[in-house]
Parts: sequence; structure tokens; C-alpha cells
Amino acid sequence: MSEYAWLIPLIPFLAFVAIIFAGRRLPGHGAYVAIAGMSASLLISLVIAAGAITHGGHFEPVVRTAAWIPYGYSTLNVGFTVDALAIVMLIVVTVVALMVQVYSIGYMHGDARYPRFFAFLSMFSAAMLGLVLANNLLVIYICWELVGLCSYLLIGFWFERPTAMRAAKKAFLVTRVGDVGLFLGMLTIYMGIGSLDLQTVLSHESVSTMAKTIVSVGPWALPLAALASLGIFWGAVGKSAQFPLHVWLPDAMEGPTPVSALIHAATMVAAGVYLVARTYPLFAYSDHSISLNVVAYTGAITALMAATIGFTQYDIKRVLAYSTISQLGFMMMGLGVGGYVAGMFHLMTHAFFKANLFLGSGSVIHGTGTQDIREMGGLKKHMPRTFWTFIIATAALAGIFPLAGFWSKDEILLTAFHADKTIFYAGVIGAFMTAFYMSRLCILTFLGEPRDEHIHAHESPRVMTVPLIVLAFLAVVAGWVGLPGKNLFAEFLHTDLLHLEHHAFSLGIAAVGTAVALFGVLLAYIVYMTPASRTVAALGQISVFRFIHSLVYNKYWLDEIYGVIIIRPLFAVTRWMFAIDRWIIDGTVNAVGWLTVAISRVQGWVDKWIVDGLVNLIGIVTRGAGLILRRTQTGVAQQYAMVMLLGLLALVYFYLIRAG
Amino acid sequence: MDSWILTTITFTPLLGTIVLMLIPREKVSAIKWTALLFSLPPLALSIILWFAYDWHKGGMQFTVNAPWIRDIGVYYRMGVDGLSVPMIFLTALLTTLSIIYSWIINERPKEYFWLFLLLATGMFGVFTSLDYFLFYVFWEVGLIPMYFLIGIWGGARREYAAIKFVLYTLVGSVAMLLAILAMYFNVTDPATGRHTFDMMVIAAQKPFAHAHNIQSLIFWALFIGFAIKVPVWPFHTWLPDAHVEAPTAGSVILAGVLLKMGAYGFLRVLLPTLPWASTHYWTAIAILALISIIYGALVAMAQTDLKKLIAYSSVNHMGYVMLGIAAAVSPIAAVNLDNRAVALNGAMLQMFSHGIITGALFLLVGVIYERAHTRNLNEFGGLWARLPLFGSIFITACLASLGLPGMSGFIAELMVFLGTFKASVLFAGLGTIGIVVTAAYLLWTIQRILLGPANPKYEKLLDMDGREILVLTPLVALMLLFGLWPAPILQIINSSSVQIARLFTIGG
Repeated sequence: MSEYAWLIPLIPFLAFVAIIFAGRRLPGHGAYVAIAGMSASLLISLVIAAGAITHGGHFEPVVRTAAWIPYGYSTLNVGFTVDALAIVMLIVVTVVALMVQVYSIGYMHGDARYPRFFAFLSMFSAAMLGLVLANNLLVIYICWELVGLCSYLLIGFWFERPTAMRAAKKAFLVTRVGDVGLFLGMLTIYMGIGSLDLQTVLSHESVSTMAKTIVSVGPWALPLAALASLGIFWGAVGKSAQFPLHVWLPDAMEGPTPVSALIHAATMVAAGVYLVARTYPLFAYSDHSISLNVVAYTGAITALMAATIGFTQYDIKRVLAYSTISQLGFMMMGLGVGGYVAGMFHLMTHAFFKANLFLGSGSVIHGTGTQDIREMGGLKKHMPRTFWTFIIATAALAGIFPLAGFWSKDEILLTAFHADKTIFYAGVIGAFMTAFYMSRLCILTFLGEPRDEHIHAHESPRVMTVPLIVLAFLAVVAGWVGLPGKNLFAEFLHTDLLHLEHHAFSLGIAAVGTAVALFGVLLAYIVYMTPASRTVAALGQISVFRFIHSLVYNKYWLDEIYGVIIIRPLFAVTRWMFAIDRWIIDGTVNAVGWLTVAISRVQGWVDKWIVDGLVNLIGIVTRGAGLILRRTQTGVAQQYAMVMLLGLLALVYFYLIRAG
Repeated sequence: MDSWILTTITFTPLLGTIVLMLIPREKVSAIKWTALLFSLPPLALSIILWFAYDWHKGGMQFTVNAPWIRDIGVYYRMGVDGLSVPMIFLTALLTTLSIIYSWIINERPKEYFWLFLLLATGMFGVFTSLDYFLFYVFWEVGLIPMYFLIGIWGGARREYAAIKFVLYTLVGSVAMLLAILAMYFNVTDPATGRHTFDMMVIAAQKPFAHAHNIQSLIFWALFIGFAIKVPVWPFHTWLPDAHVEAPTAGSVILAGVLLKMGAYGFLRVLLPTLPWASTHYWTAIAILALISIIYGALVAMAQTDLKKLIAYSSVNHMGYVMLGIAAAVSPIAAVNLDNRAVALNGAMLQMFSHGIITGALFLLVGVIYERAHTRNLNEFGGLWARLPLFGSIFITACLASLGLPGMSGFIAELMVFLGTFKASVLFAGLGTIGIVVTAAYLLWTIQRILLGPANPKYEKLLDMDGREILVLTPLVALMLLFGLWPAPILQIINSSSVQIARLFTIGG
């Protein structure tokens, strides 16, 4: 079946084409076509996965390549690989995409551009699945950009809203800044080994060649492998919303909530993590390589920074968005400390429970008409299915035993503990913060009493709650593939390209992880559900705390800082450049033109008054002379005789004087 | 077919001008149909040429060689290779589409279409001739009709723009003519023992091969001639004015074909004929290319007139063509034949791709200007909801222009960068600044025109009609076709790239 893996992205792509052109005339206004396509892709993925699992650890990746771009005597290729890493992603993407599409039937009901929504979702799925299957950096880059395009189109789906259109543009541009890194990384690899095919690029020979080639970049001397992997990572920083390029993701919540669930939580934003995993041999060209350290520390900074902001937000989707950024940071941390399996494991579990949380928040928004958790409260009674699935997913995210998040977070902490203690402590703090802000969110949304009597909450229709239940189920069980003792997930992801250390399960680390998570839940309960909340509110009035709160609430003013140091200078530069163009460059052209005209005027004057003037002067003189001499031509013979006589006398006189 | 196909392509439009003169000026419909009719055979033949050209063999094909003014070595020499075949198709396609789009022209239609057909002959001639004399004649024939098209059917400042366009280009032409004459007197045809205007013979003889000072002088004279046409910074300021004032179809041809003549000159004349000077001055070419890329993008961002914005985006995009050319001739030994060929493929594909993308964008500007009677970006907003088809095609063209994968522009830019990176990491790195800024100004343009709350002023606008859909469909289809499956065009282009690349590769 792996031979036919190319069908997996192709089917949703055909669905996209069909819906874009036929739209409302299709069954379910296009929704059923999209869902049928996604189901087919899911089915094929499941068959491929089943085949791979029955082969156990001896599963041979299927690689297919075809020439695409000819140049000189070479070609750039396209192709796909079906290996364990791809299969994990295939399952994650198809499952979440299918659930989101089913859910969208209810959520997008009655929207003016309903078919277009399903078309874009299908195109996104196609591009994402293509990205997963690609075995060539160029194809990865292409799909990478296409998922970005779909993200742009879907964030700005309600483009009449100025906030949505600005968020869409911001997302595209910020991620494109990252994409330049990926692009340059790709060029570096091409320069180093002359190929972009992953089986060539990631082979032991290529990696060791690139690790040995030292390039000086300004004051530093770095191996080519480090440059290439850092370039790739910069792309991942953009796409996976890592510090300092994370600023687009919270704004991306302007898109419809199913989009937030699929693209901005479960799949596309995880593509950066996947890309790092996919090109992992380039990062791990040596133990504790610079690249891996950069990945780990960027992840840690991101995880902690985003979690603190999550403490302070009141928009249900924004809390989840910062949670996503934070969890992506966790995955990067895992990859950075050598936890190839740990990072991917967390990617998978996170996809299920975070999609669940977002769809749950969509259900809440659908049922209440608001996104502000200050106006909610007490929704538990009115929306029981949404409540329970939300609670399960929250527990999974907080890392409560034995839900999915517990196992994957433990795997990351375990790896970090053995590799880098700083990262380990950051992880522990992050785990605590996650439990705290998620509990805060649940309490404010679902528990207590309703705070706004205008809101008449109602449970969402079944087409929306069934996907919630499916995802909640996965949020419980998805972690069980990576149980201590026999870690099926690690065995499955095993690859010859990497020497992975596997650490034995440690009860102590699991206990620390669980303890901080429970402490976070407890603290949130105390702060928000008991009379202690008043004390906390009073504390919040102290100016130091007020300043800290406002710093964090305003996202460390990073957007404003970018505005001052990048956006405004850029606009100023464009204006200066235009002024230069108009007044200096075009000014020179016009000056040359003006000068030519001026010179020609001068020449015209010279021509008229000097050159022609001379000619005229001769004429005038001649004419004047003629006028004067004319008077002599009287025609009277006596006068002529008189003149002749006078002349003769003058001559005689002259010669006589001379002779004398 | 060998002997007549290029001649037929080139002179069918000229024949059309004669027929047009016989039609009374009141018969507007007959005039339009005649113009269209005479634009179709070149289009059909250019497609046949595309498939008939044997890219395995490469080199000049369908050659014609007939004496014209034998005493001074002027022959009627024509021929095409992988460089010119796509350009001829591009010219034929854009000419036909422009004529269809110009159906709305009712002011002096007879002269308008007459000039358009004459222009087509000039453009075809430039891409087919292999004799400098012939080449120069066609080069100038392509210039004058555009002067009248801008000057008569243009906007408010049309006379200033038309004169600026013609004078600026003429300065370049004069420099080029002097260089051509210098080369003519330096070279003798070994077959006849006389001086010759044969482009291929002159290229093979390498004029001033050892007189580097003179070669430099000739190089810069030709450079000025071609760089003004491309246009390379700082010779570009005629372009925004010409574009803003030109009628829509004039802008399409100007950006789509006339600019390509400059880049074509680099590839057909400068590189093969003066390889020493090309390599010697590669840094200068690359730096001017980079300035064009970054500066063009930044200035485009400052525009409020949509047409002017796209004009500056042409400076930006043609910069990639020049960057690819520069990278292909770099003296760096590590750059092998494949690297040079990839840079040239990128440059040539970018020429084609920019032609269809910018052609489409100018048509779209025409579509919206006919309806809203403004091009001021700040007066639009929310049009996508009102004009879904226009909006979708406009977004598609903008995305193609910003180099989105899946569209032809991406493949071209990718190849330019692949070639450039090996020649100079610094130049490639600086070039990527253009990628981000280009995305910024195009997305901002999309936002200002199509997104946001609908402007009530434009509530009554109608979406695109059949004629407009007809002219835009082939262009959008080609953007996607060559973006998804570039091999059919790259195989042809590559056959020429390899030949040029070989000249610059040590041991190639």
C-alpha cells in the first residue's frame, strides 16, 4: 500500500479543486466531498500504518523519486518516503483534519462562504500531507509555503474584519521571515553536497562531510552542518511560533476556531517540530552540537515565556494559543536535548488534546457568543459534553497520570534530566505553569456561577460534540503507545540514521512531574475558587505586581518593540527610497533633459544671433554698402566724367608727389 | 518548414498593417477582427515552433540566410534557440491577448491596432534575427509604435512619459549601435574574408579578445543599451512614468515583452560575444541587480498608485534575471557548469514568468480601473466580497508574483538563488531580503484592495466579463502549469543555458 502513498495528499487536493469550481452544487455544499476525501486519506494512512506495524522494527522505508527540474546535466527531484516518522504524522494529520472537518459542518453552518472554507481546509490538508511525505527539501519547502498560504487564507477567512485581515498578513510575513532561513539552509545544503534529496542529504557520508567542512561566518567558524541546520531551525522558529517569531500565532486566533484547532494547534505549527525531527541527523552531527543547544534553549525560553503570558489572558482562544506556543517550546526542548522520540511523542499527543481543547473552546464560543472568560462561568451545567471533554483534554495537557500528556511530558523531562539540568528545571517549571493556567481557564469558564446574565449558553449540536468525544478518547489513550518497559513508539520510530540513547523510566522524575502538575491545579483552585482570591486581588494592587502583570499581559510589549525597531523604520526607508528615486535619480534624468533643452536654447540663441547673425551681418554690411554706393549710380554722364577727371587729377598729383 | 516559419511569424503582423490600411476607419469591428486575425498565425506558429524545436540537439534551428546588402555584409539571417523560442511564444501570446483586451478601444481604433501590429513585427524580429543590422532595425521598430501608443492613448501626462521613454531608450540604442559598428570593423567572416554583421560569427570570433580596454568600452556601451531596456537600477525611472501613462495593453506589452528585450540582449549578445568583459565586471552587474531587487521592492512598497507599484515591482523582478546572469558568469572556479546553467535557467524562466505574471497584473489593473476609475490604493477596500472572481484571480497573480511555490515565479527565483549561492553567499543572502519585502508589499496591496470592510462607493461594481476572463485564463493557467511542471519549458531553455554556461566554465 505504501506504493500508493501519493494518493494521500492527492485526494484532498482533488477535493479542493472540485469544491473551488463546483462549490454549492456539490453534496453538503462541498463539505461532504471534503470529508469523503479526508476519510479516504485516513483509510489509506491506517492501512499503511497497519502494514508497517505488523513488520515491527524491520520496516523498510519506501522511497520514490522522479526528476522534476532539469538544469545543466542534472535535475532537481520530487518524491516521497513512507517511513515511521511519516506514518506517525500521517495518522495525526488525517485524524485531526477529519474531526475538524466534521465539526466545521456545525460550526460554519450558515456562513456566506461555506464551500470555500471546506475547499481551503482540503487544500491545507493536501499540502500538510505532502509536507509529511516529501523526501526532498525542495518539496518540503514548497508544501511548507503552501500550508502557510492556507493559513493566511483561513486566518483571513472573515476578511471583512480588519483585525482578521491584519492577522493574516502578519502571520504570512512573520513566517516568511522564518522561511528565508529554511531557504538559505536549503541552499547551504545544496552548496555542500549538490543534492536536496533527503536520503542523500541525511546519509552518514553527507552529514560527516558537512560536519567536517568548516565555514567562517564573520567572527565564528562553524561546520556547514551547523549552518544548514540553524537555517532550517530558523524556518521552524517561524512556523512553530518559537521566540522571537511567535508573535503571529496569538493574532492568528482571528480565524474561525476549527482553523485554530487544525492549523494553529495540531498540525501546521507542529510542522517546524516535524522538520527538525526529519532533518535530525543534520542537527545531531555531533553530540551537544551548537544546533541542538540552540534548539533546546529556544524551546525553553519559548515554553516559559508563553506560559507566563497564558496566566494573564482573558480570551479563551488566546490562552490556548499561548499554551500551544509553550507546548511547541516543550517539543523543541525535547528535540534539543537529544529526545528525538520524546519530541515527536509530545507532538502526537499534543495534537489530539490541543485540537480537542480548541474545538471545545469553539463549542463554548458557539454556545455563548463570547470569547471573554470573564463573561463566562458556570457553563458546566449547560454544556456537559463540552465540559467533560474539555476537562479530560486539560488534564492530559497538564500531564496528569495516566493521560496522554503525562507520558510524553515525562519522556521529555527524563531526556532533559540526563542531558542538561537547566533544561530539565525549565521543563519542571513549565509543567507547573501549564497546569496552573489551564486550571484557571477551566475554572473561569465552566465552574462557579454565570457572571453575565445576558448569555444563555446551550450545548452544541451532535456534529460538533462527537468529534470532541473522539479526540477526548485519543487524549486519554494516545500516550499508551509509549509506556515504560516496552516503548512501542520508540521502537517504531527507530532509524539507522540516528544513534539514540534511551533512558529507563524513572519513578522519581515521573513523581516530580506529577507533583508540580497537581500543585499547579491546586494553586489555581485556591486562587480562583476560594476566598483567597480576594487576597490575590489585593496583592495585585501593589505597584510592583501591577507592573509585572501589565508587562506580561501586554506580551512583554514585543509587538510594540517590533513596531518601533522594524515596521516603522521599514516604512520610513520605503519613503526615503521613493524620495531618492523621485528627486535624485529621476531628478538627474529630468535635469539632463532640462539641461539639454537649456543648451539647445543657448545654441539656438547663438545660432540666431551669432552664427546666423554673422551671416546676416555680412548681408547687412553688403546691403548697407550697396545702399550707400547706389547713390553714385546716378546715370548722369556729366557726373561720371567729373569723377573720372577728379580721379585722374588725384593720380597725377599722387605720382608727381611720389616722384618729387 | 525550416525556411519560412520565422519569416511568417515575424511578418504576418506587418501584412496585417497593410490590410488594415485598406479598411475604412468607420468599420471599427472589421478593424478589430482583422487585427486579431493577423495576430493568430504567429501565435499558432510559435506553439508549433515550441514543439518542433529539437532541444536534444540544441543550437540555432530554423535558420534562414539570404543576402540583403551583400557589399557591407548585411544578410537576412534568422534562427532560434532555447533562449528565443519561449520569448517568441510569450510575444505572440501577449500580443493576441492585448488585442482582445483592447476591444474596448474606440478612440482612433484604426491607428491603434495598426501600431499594435507593427509593434508585434518589431518584437518578433528582435527575437528571431541573427544579423546585427536586422536586429537593430527591429529593435527600433519596436520602439516607435510604443511611443505613439503612450502618447496618443495614454493618461494625463502621456506626452512627457512618451518622450521620456523614447529619448531614454534611444540613448541606449545609439550606444548599442556604436558598439555594433566597432565589433563589425573588428571582425572578418572567415568564409568571405569581409566584415560581417552575423551575430553568430561575431560571437565565435570574439572581437577585441585581447584588447581588454576596448572590450570594456564596447561592453559598457552595450550594457547601457540593454540595461536601460531591462531596466537595471539606476536607469529605470522611465518605466514607472511610461507604465502609469500607457494604455492597459501597452503596459502589458511593455512589461511583458519590451523589458525582456534588454535581458535578451545580455544573453544573446553580451555574454557570448564579450565573455572576458562579462566575467570581469560580474560584481558590478550583480550589485546593480541586487540594488534593483531590494530598492525596487522598497520603492514599490511606498506607492499608492497600483500601476506604479507594479511598475516598480518589475524593477524588483527583473533584478532576479540580472542576478542570475551575473552569477552565471562569475569567475569563481568552484562554480561548475551545472551551477552556471541553473542560474541561467532561472534568469530565462524568470523572463518568461515575469512576462505572464506582470502581464496578468496589468490586465487586472485595467479591469479595476475601467470600473472604479481610480488606481489609488487607499480608495479601495473590501472588493473581494463584491468581485469574487476578480479578487481570486488578483490574489493568484499577486501570489505568483511574490514567488509562491506552485507558480512559475518560484521555480525561476529558486534556480537563480541556487546558482547565485555558489558564486557568492553574500549576494544570495542579500537577495533574500527582496523575497520578504516583495511579500510585504504584495500582501499589503491585496489587503488594501480586496480585504477589509466593503467600500460603499463600489457597491455597484460588476465582476469580470467574458472578454476579461478570456484574456486572463491562459496567463493564470501558464503560471500554474510551469509552476507545477516546469520541465517542458526548462528543457528548451536548458539547451541554450548549457551552451552559454560552457563558455564560462573552466574545462567546460
